[in-house]
Amino acid sequence: MRKTIALSYLSVVLLGPLAMLFWRIWAEGLGKAWTAITEPDTLHAFRLTIEITAIAVPLNTIFGIVVGLAIVRRRFPGKGLVNAFVDLPLALSPVVVGLSLFLLYGRTGWIHLGHVQILFALPAMVLATVFVSVPYVAREVIPTLREVGDEQEQAAHTLGASGWQTFWRITLPSIRWAIIYGVVVTTARCLGEYGAVAVVSGSISGRTETATLRVQNYYENLDQSGAYGVSLVLGLIAIVVLVVMTLLKPKEGTA
Amino acid sequence: MTTFLTVIVALPIAALVWASRADGVSGFWYWIRQPEPVAALKLTLVVALLVALTNAVFGTLIAWVLVRDEFPGKRLVNAVIDLPFALPTIVAGLLVLALYGPDSPVHVHAAFTRAAIYLVLLFVTLPFVVRTVQPVLHELDTQMEEAARSLGARELVVFTRIVLPSILPGILSGVAMAFARAVGEIGSIVILSGNRPFHTEVASVWILNQTQSGNGTGAAALATLLLAISFLVLLGVGGLRWLATRHERA
Amino acid sequence: MSITVRNVTKRFGTFVALDDVSVDVATGSLTALLGPSGSGKSTLLRIIAGLETPDAGEIILAGEDATSLTPQNRGVGFVFQHYAAFKHMTVRENIGFALKVRKRPRAEISARVDELIELVQLKGFGHRFPAQLSGGQRQRMALARALAAEPKVLLLDEPFGALDARVRAELRAWLRRLHEETHTTTVFVTHDQEEAMEVADSVVVMNDGHVEQVAPPRVLYDEPKNQFVMSFVGQANRFGESWVRPHDLVVTLEPNGSTREVLIDRLVHVGPEVRAELVRDDGERLDLQLSRDEADRLELAAGQIVYVKPTRERVFD
Repeated sequence: MRKTIALSYLSVVLLGPLAMLFWRIWAEGLGKAWTAITEPDTLHAFRLTIEITAIAVPLNTIFGIVVGLAIVRRRFPGKGLVNAFVDLPLALSPVVVGLSLFLLYGRTGWIHLGHVQILFALPAMVLATVFVSVPYVAREVIPTLREVGDEQEQAAHTLGASGWQTFWRITLPSIRWAIIYGVVVTTARCLGEYGAVAVVSGSISGRTETATLRVQNYYENLDQSGAYGVSLVLGLIAIVVLVVMTLLKPKEGTA
Repeated sequence: MTTFLTVIVALPIAALVWASRADGVSGFWYWIRQPEPVAALKLTLVVALLVALTNAVFGTLIAWVLVRDEFPGKRLVNAVIDLPFALPTIVAGLLVLALYGPDSPVHVHAAFTRAAIYLVLLFVTLPFVVRTVQPVLHELDTQMEEAARSLGARELVVFTRIVLPSILPGILSGVAMAFARAVGEIGSIVILSGNRPFHTEVASVWILNQTQSGNGTGAAALATLLLAISFLVLLGVGGLRWLATRHERA
Repeated sequence: MSITVRNVTKRFGTFVALDDVSVDVATGSLTALLGPSGSGKSTLLRIIAGLETPDAGEIILAGEDATSLTPQNRGVGFVFQHYAAFKHMTVRENIGFALKVRKRPRAEISARVDELIELVQLKGFGHRFPAQLSGGQRQRMALARALAAEPKVLLLDEPFGALDARVRAELRAWLRRLHEETHTTTVFVTHDQEEAMEVADSVVVMNDGHVEQVAPPRVLYDEPKNQFVMSFVGQANRFGESWVRPHDLVVTLEPNGSTREVLIDRLVHVGPEVRAELVRDDGERLDLQLSRDEADRLELAAGQIVYVKPTRERVFD
């Protein structure tokens, strides 16, 4: 009985919309969708999304590992605050994120870097994407570090390994799968970012429009096949991400 | 590490709070009291609450079925739960619109209504409670349930007095995260709600519009309020976990 | 309440945990289910409690067929090896649970809980949580909890297995005393033969899903039915066709009729006993046990050649 209810709920809420993706593409016709996907502005949008993701993910991966180690293994004042700020983007509206960056780097803001344009250009979009994806690697690394414990590291020290050697040879391998899983989740988050980037980028087609912004652009200009075309690409990427996440889960330990 | 965190997170937040008091405290209150943002905030909070409660029930149910029941395709279903985490929100909004909009194949026409907002948020927040309850259920000592049965407790009592209190922390943190997510959601709502002021305009959309039309102060005021809600939720989750596990501390 | 197990079989997949097992437990007795891991003893206990259902056979409690009754309705108290404490409830709440679900008035519950806390010597711990108790205290709480609703049968599944040696010994003695006071039919599972022999009036020896022998400890030790029971319940030496206990070997310094020659390989004093490892003329190793006084009288030492013969032996076909 409860199986039926649970599975029905899932079908309606989850599978219904997913099915629409393929239904709509089929209705619009793959041809029109392909035309839209290969338009120069759309290709630029994909490139831009990938560029931003390629910068944000490594930054947050390194940060995630560093902050994870600090929170689990070290004592320092303000640890609670650091933890709160790391988790904040999970609970915060992307629009609020975008606005805060808009205010910080805007005309009346506190930070100006001379000739370098931040808002309505790549830097702000990267900053926005990094902000919203800060938590993910850290949140995978932290519980794994706690579970693994530091006995292996202590053993390494007694055997003469330096701090760096211990990190490379002992610590990092022990959290390897947590990091990989965190990277996958972060990547998905960056690829799908909309709200914060919408505020800071100005959505200029061919210049500061990401793939997600492009979908909105197509839709508002009543270009259904364009909107669904780009959505299909993003949807397929999401499915690949899902598959990778599922394959990684047992190794990462969150079965 | 702290420099990174400061530059990326702390400074922008500080700038936001600072800007919201740009017109003084009275300026802040002025904007918070305007009918349109108030209506948007009310709608946001009500829908978010409904979504959170729906998830509390169904999320727990789904987690239970995934942990305790067997059925063909279970691994696939378990994997699909994370879809809303993997899929860009704008695409989610587009698809829910396709499903329930003017060209709906199931002849439901809820697009540009409050119901649509509720439905799309259910999609977006689905994984939260499920994923926080699953590990707790997994770890649950089934012998506690057996003990309760051997002591004479009926099945319902076993669930309400033994299982539920043990999984409650999991449910509550999932619910809190789902609530916070629903309050702040933008991508999935911006297309499908029509964003009609006083009808289907949510707080995040109002902020977006104000920003784009130059009303930085107004936007900052409401945004700071949302920020406060986010912080409260995080605090709440931490507090709940602490409370619920106090019996574990020797 | 008497318990009758009749032709019970239980399979887990292809593994046969119990194969056509029948046992009778008399009212008011203290019975041990003894056997190695995998012998089916825990499964049998759980079937009696209603926590598992048999694939074949019946469970009869106090003359009535209880096979289809749920655990809630059997009137049994069950104690788990790892306590199964309700972690989110205090000690008092744990103990009072059975009465609470029977909707007894609060005053009655409180009085009974007080009584039980006194009985299990947990006075002052009533408002603590299980996580704040030691293993031995948790198990005493679990016992009190099982006794609260005055069950007609008390079932314990390796109750002392997770505790350290000293606490185990204390709780064993305590269980014995409790039984003498309350005379509740009690069945407990153990793989520790010393525990079974020390505590129970009747021991059911199980192996590989079968019952090997049911008898009081003394009978089991002196008159084991087969080689398995003899070796499981104590030490046994193979002596040709028969089996001999280490303390049933008499030692002489000169050959004497049917004695066999042995070399004392190792000799240790363990308190009032002396234990020796012997090597027989044909290479077979034997264990010997005798009193310290006897060993001194014979002036036994390692490396010495002596002669042994059994005073009591068992032969099995």
